Amino acid sequence: MSLERSDVEKIAHLARLAVSSDELDSVAGDLSTILQLMEQMNAVNTDGVIPMAHPLHMAQRLRPDEVSEIDERDHFQSIAPATENGLYLVPRVIE
Amino acid sequence: MHSKSIAALGAGLRAGDYSSVDLTRAFLERIDRYDEDLNCFITLAPERALARAEAADKLIRSGEAGPLAGIPIAHKDIFCTNGLKTSCGSKMLDSFIAPYDATVVSRLDEAGAVMLGKTNMDEFAMGSSNETSHYGVVRNPWDRNLVPGGSSGGSAAAVAARLCVAATGTDTGGSIRQPAALCGITGLKPTYGRVSRYGMIAFASSLDQAGPLTRSAEDAAAILQAIAGFDRRDSTSAQEPVPDYSEQLEDPLVGLKIGLPKEYFNEGLDGEVARSIELAVDEYRRMGATVMDISLPNSGLSVATYYVVAPAECSSNLSRFDGVRFGYRCQEPKNLEDLYKRSRSEGFGAEVKRRILIGTYALSAGYYDAYYLKAQQIRHLISDDFRQAFEKVDVIMGPTSPTTAFAIGEKADDPVTMYLSDIYTIAANLAGLPGISIPVRPAAGRPVGLQIVGNYFQEAKLLNVAHRLQRESDWHLAEPLGFSSPSRI
Amino acid sequence: MQWETVIGLEIHAQLATRSKIFSGASTAFGAEPNTQACAVDLGLPGVLPVLNREAVVMAVRFSAAINADLERRSVFARKNYFYPDLPKGYQISQFELPIVGRGSVEILLEDGEIRTIGVTRAHLEEDAGKSLHGDFHGLTGIDLNRAGTPLLEIVSEPDMRSAKEAVAYARKIHQIVRYIGICDGNMQEGSFRADANVSVRRSGGELGTRAELKNLNSFRFLERAINFEVERQIDILESGGKVVQETRLYDPERDETRSMRSKEEANDYRYFPDPDLLPVELDDAFIAAAIEGMPELPDVRRVRFSEEYALGNSDAAQLTASRELADYYEATVEEGGDPRLAANWVTGELAAALNREGSDIGQSPITASMLAGLLQRISDNTISGKIAKQVFDAMWSSGGSADEIIENQGLKQITDSVALEGIVDEVVNANPSQVDAYRQADEKKQIKMLGFFVGQVMQASKGKANPKQVNELLRRKLTS
Repeated sequence: MSLERSDVEKIAHLARLAVSSDELDSVAGDLSTILQLMEQMNAVNTDGVIPMAHPLHMAQRLRPDEVSEIDERDHFQSIAPATENGLYLVPRVIE
Repeated sequence: MHSKSIAALGAGLRAGDYSSVDLTRAFLERIDRYDEDLNCFITLAPERALARAEAADKLIRSGEAGPLAGIPIAHKDIFCTNGLKTSCGSKMLDSFIAPYDATVVSRLDEAGAVMLGKTNMDEFAMGSSNETSHYGVVRNPWDRNLVPGGSSGGSAAAVAARLCVAATGTDTGGSIRQPAALCGITGLKPTYGRVSRYGMIAFASSLDQAGPLTRSAEDAAAILQAIAGFDRRDSTSAQEPVPDYSEQLEDPLVGLKIGLPKEYFNEGLDGEVARSIELAVDEYRRMGATVMDISLPNSGLSVATYYVVAPAECSSNLSRFDGVRFGYRCQEPKNLEDLYKRSRSEGFGAEVKRRILIGTYALSAGYYDAYYLKAQQIRHLISDDFRQAFEKVDVIMGPTSPTTAFAIGEKADDPVTMYLSDIYTIAANLAGLPGISIPVRPAAGRPVGLQIVGNYFQEAKLLNVAHRLQRESDWHLAEPLGFSSPSRI
Repeated sequence: MQWETVIGLEIHAQLATRSKIFSGASTAFGAEPNTQACAVDLGLPGVLPVLNREAVVMAVRFSAAINADLERRSVFARKNYFYPDLPKGYQISQFELPIVGRGSVEILLEDGEIRTIGVTRAHLEEDAGKSLHGDFHGLTGIDLNRAGTPLLEIVSEPDMRSAKEAVAYARKIHQIVRYIGICDGNMQEGSFRADANVSVRRSGGELGTRAELKNLNSFRFLERAINFEVERQIDILESGGKVVQETRLYDPERDETRSMRSKEEANDYRYFPDPDLLPVELDDAFIAAAIEGMPELPDVRRVRFSEEYALGNSDAAQLTASRELADYYEATVEEGGDPRLAANWVTGELAAALNREGSDIGQSPITASMLAGLLQRISDNTISGKIAKQVFDAMWSSGGSADEIIENQGLKQITDSVALEGIVDEVVNANPSQVDAYRQADEKKQIKMLGFFVGQVMQASKGKANPKQVNELLRRKLTS
């Protein structure tokens, strides 16, 4: 499987990464090489094998419904790039 | 002094031969002297360390101190440290002052350990050579032209050069064991879920695990003792009881069944490395262990499987770095999309972007089944291979890495070749099993690591097996030249 | 051309937990921006989610309430997309294995017909924050207080055929989640939100292309938006056009739906199991504990009311509309109010008074026991129905028991026959011409004319005369 420039454009947009048009070919080439490595997986038949999402066979633990956190807004916003009146600022969101 | 074990240093502290402040100053001086060249540290925290050392000294004088009190250590810069820069080796987090402590950090703090600073690493732990760090490559103390391995390269090199007594690391596909092997030290990746991941910046959540990089298995046991155990903040943390890791260290190995997977001794393995491994295995035979050949038939697929699972998880885990609430934000974004795309493209390095793109692709519509689901199925097969093997043997041994440390720049432009340097370590992450790398006979002057993989939650057994070899041999005591500046203690 | 409308609803019910679904931050509404967004809610590097037990309990209760297949094993998945109100760049939701499987509810239509609407699934997920477009020099402000609030997303089958049915279904779900106490149902605050998938097709034909309608924050808007959208789609199809699959926003000011261009871009959410969370596994003990103490469900209660209290369907339905109202009614009966009388008063006078004040049953100044006291005085003839209304108004405005008001205002019915006879005589003597007319009229006409004399007597007695006795006395006096 090798990637086209358009594939790279599509996934770069999904991942919100800028890939300039003169980088597209080299990125597509890089990714295609990695995909070839991944295709080694096709050598094995996995029909009926249960996918394994976690190494351990544990169930989700449930925490009690208690408010345990305090207001740390000032602390957390001291590392934010842009805030005003307690809000995080971003370029205008159009709906 | 700088070559002493945690136990020996602790005894010296308790006996009043020197204080933790003395010890801390001595290590800070060594860092000052040697690290400009090695580049092990991204951030140093001398004032904080000395304050902590003073507190530790008080505790030691009161007689209440545990074994780690006053011992200078370092944290990989992937662990959040409240009030201190936590960069994860990335420009993205160059300005990030973590607002809270990782569980690993707070537990070692509570044990009285003194953190000297934060160590260099591959960006977001994605790399096997420390070359992807925004803060530059770390040099291998054994030979400055060589890589230290990665991604916990700064921690491994710092321990090897005795710039700290012990360091923490994280291991997603070999990131503790491989640099430990390449730098000639001991590195333990515990069972997935043994150590809390809370506050450890995620790369691949189902594979990441924190562990110690130390000079010996005995030291590793002491660090693991402090960091292991259930954490209510991590849903994937295991509620399994934590044993006393020092208790079993000396157990004899008579009757120990060692499995050697034939797939780990294939054509990709360097001949000298193979001979060093055989030599170590012979030592175990002499100690009364039984050695048998085993097979892990699907292990050849681990790299391919890993390079689907890890990038897929990372592509999602790294979405939070969007320039809105913390971290790098591009200058004057034109609109929302521009804010996202430029902040992320300018903030992340090439390897991180490559993995995000691969992972995004593997999860995208139309490819999910062929890549992600298929990988999760093979993961099951790989895990089953180990389950079957552990019905026959107690531990599995083999090389940690197919070669010794390679030259800086040698594989930097060839991602796939770089990925293959983790070929023997990755399977343990996919299965969630514990593994340790310990130094054996060097090959052409370069360190070689023996990897020992155990069954789930068998860290005590691994430490025991590793420690017995370190008792019978002195490979782990070898030190790189040029770091012997006499200390005043 | 006959067109058939096909509607499915996606309802987001905010679960009434104290803390968030994956963090210990408070879910209280209306706090200062970002003061209830903790490290986990902000998606700070290194933080991890831990699931709130109560959110799972509430999903189990909902499952029981709609007779759904509860999944013993469910899995959280990540839905990946970038948006400023979504701090992690993904929403933790459930995809392939939701906690609540197939179930159904019954809706009562206006013509009395009962229809069953299928619920495809319901799953747990986290809410996003809010974007505020205030005056921030052309920028948008982000408040993440709501981020991480637990939601139960309830997805229906495309079983509804009109806006009215859709509203009836939404009201039914609203009624259930409030009954079982898992959601406060407040639509203004966004605790209960509905999106509608609407399409039209030729009767019995293939399903048409659907549009997803958003911003439907009241039942009225839900109905109006669907009606507008159905018209729009029929117009397009009848003029030979094609309906585009898209998300459309309802604008209540203009009463129309319009395309949300910003959401048009084809999304690829790249769902995969969240590796930070483990499968949720429910055993019998957990399920039993979760549904223990579940209140009687509205439909069951409605049937019981009509049987136990001999009420009509409409009264029973009205009285069980909310748990609070049904509780009030039953308390009134328990305190001694006659069941039929209580039904009339609760659905009549009391409902009207509450409606006037825009308050709900929980805020009624007349408690169930006060109302029961009043009803008892009607039943034992102490007061007439008309005087009872006067007593009710007095109770509403200034409190006090029915007995106190009757006593203080001298409203007790006059049943003393001597006293009544005196008033009747006065009225008969004061109206000789009407008396003559009455005496000459036939029986049919007499019945009509009697009303005049009754009215006069009631007026003279200030409404306190016992109407039954007055009738009897008048008939005797007028015919003699």
